[in-house]
Amino acid sequence: MIRTGGWRRGAVVAAVAAGTLLLAACGGSSSGGGAPAKATGPYGFKTEAQSSSAPITVWVDSTRLAAAQAFQKANPAVKIKIVSYDGNANGSNTFKTKMSLFDKAGSGWPDVVFTTDNNSASWGSADGTGSLAPLDAGLVPQATLDGFAKGAMDVCTINDAVYCLRNDLAQNVLWYNKKLMDEFGYTVPTTWEEYETLADKVATEHPGYIVGTAGDAWAPEVYMWAAECPANNVTGATSITVDTSDPNCVKAAKLLDKTIANKTMSTLSLFGPEFVKKQGDKVLLLPGPSWYGGAVFQGTIKTPKGEIAVAPALHWADQNPPSTGNVGGGTWWICSHSKNLKAARDFAVWVTTDDAYQVDLAPGFPADTAAATKWLAKQQSSGYWANDISAPIIAAAGQVWPGWGSAAFSQEAIWAKVVQAGMAQGDTVESLLPAWQKEIENQAQVNGYKVS
Amino acid sequence: MPTAPRSRPRAGSWAPRNGHLFVLPYVVLLMFFGAVPVLYSVYLAFTDGDGRFAGLSNFTETFSDFRFVPAVTHVAAFVLIWLIALTVFVVLLALVIHRVVSRRSRTALRFAYFVPGALAGASSVMLWLFLLDPSVSPVSTLLHQLGYDKFTDVIAPGHLPSIFALVAFWTGAGGWILVLYGALNTISSEVIEAAKVDGAGPIRTAVSIELPMIRKWIVYMLILSFAAGTQLFVEPQLVSQASFGIVPNDYSVNQLAYQYAFTQSNFNGSAALSVGLLLVSVVCASVFVARGRLFETD
Repeated sequence: MIRTGGWRRGAVVAAVAAGTLLLAACGGSSSGGGAPAKATGPYGFKTEAQSSSAPITVWVDSTRLAAAQAFQKANPAVKIKIVSYDGNANGSNTFKTKMSLFDKAGSGWPDVVFTTDNNSASWGSADGTGSLAPLDAGLVPQATLDGFAKGAMDVCTINDAVYCLRNDLAQNVLWYNKKLMDEFGYTVPTTWEEYETLADKVATEHPGYIVGTAGDAWAPEVYMWAAECPANNVTGATSITVDTSDPNCVKAAKLLDKTIANKTMSTLSLFGPEFVKKQGDKVLLLPGPSWYGGAVFQGTIKTPKGEIAVAPALHWADQNPPSTGNVGGGTWWICSHSKNLKAARDFAVWVTTDDAYQVDLAPGFPADTAAATKWLAKQQSSGYWANDISAPIIAAAGQVWPGWGSAAFSQEAIWAKVVQAGMAQGDTVESLLPAWQKEIENQAQVNGYKVS
Repeated sequence: MPTAPRSRPRAGSWAPRNGHLFVLPYVVLLMFFGAVPVLYSVYLAFTDGDGRFAGLSNFTETFSDFRFVPAVTHVAAFVLIWLIALTVFVVLLALVIHRVVSRRSRTALRFAYFVPGALAGASSVMLWLFLLDPSVSPVSTLLHQLGYDKFTDVIAPGHLPSIFALVAFWTGAGGWILVLYGALNTISSEVIEAAKVDGAGPIRTAVSIELPMIRKWIVYMLILSFAAGTQLFVEPQLVSQASFGIVPNDYSVNQLAYQYAFTQSNFNGSAALSVGLLLVSVVCASVFVARGRLFETD
């Protein structure tokens, strides 16, 4: 799914690049980006003339198409235009790309947008282009905002203003194959130290089986984030501190190196064709986000019913309280230039909280607490899971370490470019930490961040 | 430019003719999609985000970017490999096809050369990505024998310029072979026969007669290919996507310009990079035109 999508997107990107030249040519007068929203109007920002009958345009990825359609079915009176796009998957940056074009052109903005990345607040807030609407200054009722899980809105928040509604949480837990673990006579590890010991045992007793993967660009969000590695500590709208030589980063890197060396850590991409073919039926443990359950086990590798279970997120023995990471989790954004903010708001609130979508249709763990409880009950009743998955997933939702921020540039792209490329050449992760540091600093600087 | 032969005496200075009508649509399109964007880029390159004159600051900023030198190196390596391959093999293949006596095999060869060119840029890159990925490639045995077990082994940084040159050659060479073949056909048979009478063999004929007479077409091919090559974008962009980012999305200069415009919202920096590319292309083209005496008439 990811791979072919990637190519298609590449072509689209090329087309957009070509189109840009034309747009740039015809744009004529340039406004130089949307003016920063001032604290005016009923919603805390400057609004366009409102019309309650104006149609709203919503951008969704293919998975969230169902959300928009469900809304339309439940609210036939609201005129909505659904536009399907790549949802910003794999760091494609489509959302930002298109928005900067609309800012430049001074028109064309959508009303509501779904994205799977977590950094839109950093560029679209009032400190950035100002084209995204703050939601907590009157647009969305505080009671609705309070209904979301603790920390769910961290990725939406910049300078204490909330700019998006979280669609689903992507907290990391420990997925494991209960059938295989029982067969091998292993106990499920609770700390990364135990995990490392178990990996050694697997390497000698059951070579070929894997305890995790580090072949995707979000590997740092599983291993480094959980280790509280301060590689991405966004301290302000344009300031970040980076220290990949911190002992926390080094211990996570050593863990990766050791498990990669004894071949219990896969370096293949979870969504590439090689992984399914070579290791799809060899997954013993898999630390990763809550959406792995649907996307990986039921989706790409198709593990049979009754084998997969969830354990509490792994943590390092010295951590108190225990920390885990987070990989993605979608968000809904409202554009401040919308001509029908009420309808846009109703749409965003409905798709993030209403049972008709979040419980009945949504593939990921809902960020809205009430919906999440019902969603888990429904998952459990499907009979796919080998244990009760609710407790570990709910517990992990509150354990995501807040020290890993969302900057305007993609940490995943940096990891892929420097660390994964180096790993492909046979370098150890530990030896690549300085290069990782350098690239983050460089990227931060060209994106206007002050690095300390 | 008036292209009709000036057979009639010039009455006054300038009068519209049929020829002007024919070129008019082209001129209009050229203005809108060629000249105006270029001028707008130049304007952007010398101004800042608020439209104030910025001098050379956009240029100094982008040229000192930590990604700039690697990108230029990548593109230079690619263009060098590609232009050499293009000149050597296209000329060689054109000469070969010209020598083939049988009419039917000549047609078949011409068709075979031209087929890859029918695939648009992006789709031909995808085809090559399949070929080069050991897990799905039809020639995976060959890749394994060369020591490449994973896609990431094949697309190691050192291999990329050659891979891109290979893809570009495969898609683009066919058309040029036909152009040079056409050029070879314009050489009068009397000249070739005279050479034969003087005792020139096939190699001597090629080097001393045919090559000098199709020099202009070769130069023309180099100019257009150089301009296209420095704008390398689709190939690395797709490989970047397919490799999940291991090949960075700022591999080439054009990609870097794209990054400036769309991930940093710095259209001025992007324009500065594009204007830089344009300058390099124009300078190189001028050198080629002058040295290749492209506009001289016999």
